[in-house]
Amino acid sequence: MAETYIKHKYDPILPQKDEWPVVKLSKSRKEFVKKVAEASKKSVLQVTNNNIDLLKEELETTLYREKLRIKQNPWAVDPDDEQEFWRSVRSKLVQLSAEGNKNKSQKKKAYVEILDEITMRYAEEIASNFIHSHYKLTRRMVTYGFSRLLNAARVKGIKSIFSNQYTLQDKIQIVGETDQIRNLASKGTIVMVPTHFSNLDSILIGWIISVLGLPPFIYGAGLNLFNIGIFAYFMNALGAYKVDRRKKNLPYLETLKTYSSEAIQFGVHSLFFPGGTRSRSGMIEKKLKLGLLSTAVEAQRANFQKGVKDVAGKIFIVPVTINYHFVLEAPSLIKEHLSMTGQERYYKESDEFSTSYKISKFLVKFFTKGSDISVSIGKAMDVLGNYVDQDGQSLDKHGRIINTSDYFISNGEITIDAQREEEYTHHLGKRIVEEFHKINRVFSSHFVAFVAFQLIKKENKKMDLYSLLRLPEEDIEIPYGEFKSTCEMILQCILELEAEGKVQVAPHMRNDINAIINHGLENVGMYHAKRPLVKNESGNIVTQDLSLLYFYHNRLLGYELERKFN
Amino acid sequence: MSLKENSTEKPIGVVGMGSFGTAIANILATKNKVIAYARRAEVVEEINEKHSVDGVKIHLDIVGTQDPELLCKSCETIFFMVPSAAFQEVIRAFAPYLYPYHIVIHGTKGLCLNLPQGKSLGDLEKISRKNILTMSEVILKETVVIRVGCLAGPNLARELYLGQPAATVVASRFNEVILEGQRLLRNDKFQVYGNSDIVGVELSGVLKNIIAIAAGALAGLGLGENAKGLLISRGMVELVYLGNALGGSLKSFIGLAGIGDLVTTCNSTLSRNYTVGYRLARGEKLQDILNTMEEVAEGINTVRLMKAFVEGTGMRAPITENLYKVLFEDLKIEEALQYLMKYPFSVDVDFL
Repeated sequence: MAETYIKHKYDPILPQKDEWPVVKLSKSRKEFVKKVAEASKKSVLQVTNNNIDLLKEELETTLYREKLRIKQNPWAVDPDDEQEFWRSVRSKLVQLSAEGNKNKSQKKKAYVEILDEITMRYAEEIASNFIHSHYKLTRRMVTYGFSRLLNAARVKGIKSIFSNQYTLQDKIQIVGETDQIRNLASKGTIVMVPTHFSNLDSILIGWIISVLGLPPFIYGAGLNLFNIGIFAYFMNALGAYKVDRRKKNLPYLETLKTYSSEAIQFGVHSLFFPGGTRSRSGMIEKKLKLGLLSTAVEAQRANFQKGVKDVAGKIFIVPVTINYHFVLEAPSLIKEHLSMTGQERYYKESDEFSTSYKISKFLVKFFTKGSDISVSIGKAMDVLGNYVDQDGQSLDKHGRIINTSDYFISNGEITIDAQREEEYTHHLGKRIVEEFHKINRVFSSHFVAFVAFQLIKKENKKMDLYSLLRLPEEDIEIPYGEFKSTCEMILQCILELEAEGKVQVAPHMRNDINAIINHGLENVGMYHAKRPLVKNESGNIVTQDLSLLYFYHNRLLGYELERKFN
Repeated sequence: MSLKENSTEKPIGVVGMGSFGTAIANILATKNKVIAYARRAEVVEEINEKHSVDGVKIHLDIVGTQDPELLCKSCETIFFMVPSAAFQEVIRAFAPYLYPYHIVIHGTKGLCLNLPQGKSLGDLEKISRKNILTMSEVILKETVVIRVGCLAGPNLARELYLGQPAATVVASRFNEVILEGQRLLRNDKFQVYGNSDIVGVELSGVLKNIIAIAAGALAGLGLGENAKGLLISRGMVELVYLGNALGGSLKSFIGLAGIGDLVTTCNSTLSRNYTVGYRLARGEKLQDILNTMEEVAEGINTVRLMKAFVEGTGMRAPITENLYKVLFEDLKIEEALQYLMKYPFSVDVDFL
């Protein structure tokens, strides 16, 4: 049954930690931060067209927003000297606009100096604090701690706690192009782009990377996570740099992008959650946040410009999907999704992961009960979404080798064209979404949730989604016979899609239909207080929480399976 | 057929030397060297030896070739000006020689069916957007070229050839493609506008052909200018709805490639689509009309495709639906007109 699951220990591709790009980066952290600040300053100047009035306006806006943020939305991680810093920026700005005797170039110089201070501060704030000893400790803790829990739950007897019968890889299965990513990581730079459903994802991916023998990846983690002591430790250890979603001002966004782009050019493998935040609807991300993704395209072009045209300067995009039967945060995520009115707005990140206690409780539950996770590693692509071969060369649809640098050529030369790169990023985003759907693994839980919800929807054809979700749960009952026959029909479609390479299917989906349904019912959202789907006494299918059912159902949207219910 | 590499600038490629292709090649040749591809040897020979196409004189700087590889190697920017029925085939022939540094601009007004292998339109009753490809989507699907653009607008080849004032739209998602198109084509008599909504511009050129057939039919029935005004305006509404459903934006439909082209085509007795409608109204059978026409009128295929699409999405498109019945189900034109006059259009303009 576990024919496709990969379970063995990989040797590290770079045994010496000094060879790890992330270690090299942390050794030259100071210079790197300076370089980032300098480059960010330049790009802000470029965005403002070197126009002093525009720059002044941006600086004033930044100041205003930052002061507002400090007052209205302070966090524990915020540095103590924030007030002081912005106060000094303010006095400098006030002074400058009051001084009439300075000429234009003097004034400009003064404004650029203020900008310099700001980008320097931001770059310092964003930069990761990778410490190798912490990384080692964390890795050992995670692996050791998890496997203790796991064995305690599964092996009977007093000695269970010391048993090594089960390892983490029994719980978390890794499938897909593992050899390719290992191979390419030793040749060029990897940008891994996973789907994002749960806060657990970052730790999970960190662990996966280490199991695969890859050196640590850096990634942007929401600054809010650093508010929690234990998370901050993990994050730092895993090489996270900080992304503060409260700061939406131009200098900050430019610094953040520059940081990412420069790190990729430095050769550090990176991890982006391209959906931006966790998928609130439970759907596979359809629209990606292109901001960070654009830094991969930009870094690739910069490498070509520097003349690095061999594989060492090549950037590989590797999509990854993480498949769960159960997402701890599902109830709050779907609630947020449904209440969002399409506008972007602040939401408080006060969910189930708010305290260390709740996290530990979840982890214990997770490891002592049988809910499996699988992680599929997709095929590597270049920054235009073309697949690459084992030497890292890009292939077009017909398998012909092409140069990625050709995409940046105009009149025979590599050129910078921001609009072009924006389109390329857009294109890459679309390709990643396509790949997500291809490597997504259908679990029994997604499957039963999908069929059940679609049947309920069909039964209430005239209702829109919101009225449908307000239906009293006790009124809904799907006869088992109908449920089963629909499941058989949809399973057939899924297997056809699989044969066409459009989706993947977990091994437990190869059992007979009753076993699949039972497996699905047992697993779908298994630790929620209200279960999305259960069998009642008469053997029919009922739900205790329709919104949750909707959430798990959403995972199988995007394959046009819903058309079968019309 | 030796190519002199004496100028630093690369020559421009033109694929397909029909009337529109030749007109564009002539405009391009006033600024750059042009390499023109034609499938038939005698056309290439005529270009190279007599500097003419079908007896019509062309610019001396146009060199003919039958070799896709040579053209792709020599040119970075290539204009594809082939009829939609042959488009996919020609693109496939060029695909092995195209690379990501190429810029491709096409001037073909048509749609291409994209069905699962072994299926035909008859097998599937309903089709959805993903079964329909615009020409730029064909290029993206078949080749590795990503910097793609299209040319559309009221550009009757004969008038262009005579050097009468005209304008066109170059549409592309890439600014650099628009700028390149403008740089190459623009002159005192030819204005070139840019548009980033390439699909919208392509659809404008395609969908207006439906209305052109209807306009011909009205003329064939001997109806006057009031009726034509009515048709163009209602046709515009239908074009906007269909176009939106296919992913184009309103702005493009009311621009040069939309209204501009629609008005020109509905008034041009030279248009093939118009002629089909005209002869139908005069009582001829579709099959007889097609047998006596040299090239297929693009609009007929478009009507067939759009009717299947409309059914697949549950939309209503009264002009297209009735035209389909006239073309393929022997509905009398007078009856179709009656039906349209009774159709409850409630509001004049409801898409703005």
